[in-house]
Amino acid sequence: MSLEAGPVTAAASAGGTAVAPVAARPPGGLSVVATRCSAAPAGFRLATEDPPWMRRLLVAGALLFLGAFLLVPAAAVVFEALRGGVELWWKAVTEPDALAAVRLTLLVAAIAVPLNTAFGLAAAWSISRFRYRGKTVLLSLVDLPFGVSPVIAGMVTILLFGAQGLLGPLLQAYGVKIAFAVPGIVLATVFVTFPFVARELIPFMQAQGTEEEEAALVMGASGWQILTRVTLPNVRWSLLYGVVLCNARAMGEFGAVSVVSGHVRGLTNTIPLHVEILYNEYAFRAAFAVASLLLLLALATLLAKQIMEWKQREDPVRMMEP
Amino acid sequence: MRRLTQTRARRGVLPGFGLSTGFTIFYLGLVVLIPLSTVVLRASALTWGEALAVVTSPRALASYRISFGAATLAAAVNTAFGVLVAWVLARYRFPGRALVDALVDLPFALPTAVSGIALCAVYSRNGWIGRWLEPLGVKAAYSGLGVVIALTFIGLPFVVRTVQPVLEDADRELEEAAAVSGATRGQTFLRVLLPTLVPAALTGFALAFARAVGEYGSVVFISGNMPMRTEIAPLLIMTKLEQFDYAGATAIATVLLVASFLLLLAINRLQAWTRALAGQT
Repeated sequence: MSLEAGPVTAAASAGGTAVAPVAARPPGGLSVVATRCSAAPAGFRLATEDPPWMRRLLVAGALLFLGAFLLVPAAAVVFEALRGGVELWWKAVTEPDALAAVRLTLLVAAIAVPLNTAFGLAAAWSISRFRYRGKTVLLSLVDLPFGVSPVIAGMVTILLFGAQGLLGPLLQAYGVKIAFAVPGIVLATVFVTFPFVARELIPFMQAQGTEEEEAALVMGASGWQILTRVTLPNVRWSLLYGVVLCNARAMGEFGAVSVVSGHVRGLTNTIPLHVEILYNEYAFRAAFAVASLLLLLALATLLAKQIMEWKQREDPVRMMEP
Repeated sequence: MRRLTQTRARRGVLPGFGLSTGFTIFYLGLVVLIPLSTVVLRASALTWGEALAVVTSPRALASYRISFGAATLAAAVNTAFGVLVAWVLARYRFPGRALVDALVDLPFALPTAVSGIALCAVYSRNGWIGRWLEPLGVKAAYSGLGVVIALTFIGLPFVVRTVQPVLEDADRELEEAAAVSGATRGQTFLRVLLPTLVPAALTGFALAFARAVGEYGSVVFISGNMPMRTEIAPLLIMTKLEQFDYAGATAIATVLLVASFLLLLAINRLQAWTRALAGQT
């Protein structure tokens, strides 16, 4: 493995001479320390850099840890999914119960994500654009679902809408079924994905400040115009990233949905629940085949994150100090 | 009119305060607060004595021990390796660095059921890693170690993502000054860099711990779910719900909710500390 040193030395080797680092960094005590080991430009190391053997050791340690916990399990999903060949994989993925699970997952995400996006925008507008008492409490409460176990999130839906629940008798009288049915799955998903968009938008909008919106206001823009012409274009990448994260969780949620779903194949099974059922029936290959769809979703989410980070860096949005 | 203008000036001049704040509070109440309060309401169907008996039953106590114990271990592993990974990503350039950086977030994006079966496949007796551990007498899947492995996986990004920005923003001049004063690299790291990382690392630890305590999906496949031995608290809630013991389930859920609420407070304080420290330098 060839290891380049940090950005400072990279600049030095690009410059080709030992003088380069002094130009790259402000002169000072640094150059004194630097000359101590400046035998040749190539073997040149700053005092704030670690010796090559240490760099290699640390990188190797980090990669070993990430390999054992991230790369190997992800590779195992792909390997197990394709073990029987692409045809068997395709058969497991397109079997009617799997397709029903995909449809239900898409439906759940299509309801939960827009709801929480609307909430995220409102919460971010309220928290980042105004000063009022109780704001920090509100901010903590927005985070609350992150700290609650998914199992409790699902349980709450049963406590409210189940046959023995608070609203159970009322719902039964009207023949509405929420717990152990699709509406319950949607509600549990809305709960666990609640903070995602708000959590992305709030710090970004706080950092951005209100000057542009105030300028628009002075020029006579209405609230709606300010939102659609100034705010939304400015925050689009972090908004989109929040939506992508929210969507990934909505499609992948397992614990909460597992509690409220009746586990009826073809009816109340989302993709993760279908994976569980297949796995518990020892249909490992099919389980991993369906799981590989979710791995694909996760990788697409990570890719989207990267793209949005690049886009955000390119954006000529003037960031103001909070 | 004048009064209104004054309020506006104090609050901020932009329109939509009432609408956005009103909707935020309404939706928060509807989706989060009212549903969560039913847990406490339901738990209060039990008398104090009954609730205490449920919450301190040997099986419940064992489940807290496993949940909190494994979460502590996993968060500790993640803190040590998280600082290492953050250091490597922030300081070194090596081939594949961008890919590794992106991959760190995989546990956030991967559905827990998938991580559960994947870890189980890898760490079971015939698995890619499990088969090397088996001759050493280490049983990774279907044991307490399996719980720790799963919780380490899902908590992995937290410490990396809290420490990495601090390292990237750190002022190199402090390290240079330490070097000029004759400190070795080890001394510089221990005495100069490490203290600035402590609040961020602790925040990451608390976040990973909080996530791990409530985790369900990735654990149930690899743990074996043996009562008293590898049964985590969320699974005990699940079991009680399946037996329609709603009061018992809510009693244990209340314990977990109180724990996560305290953690949330701790995390808020830690984040304020991190920010204060960043403001100083």
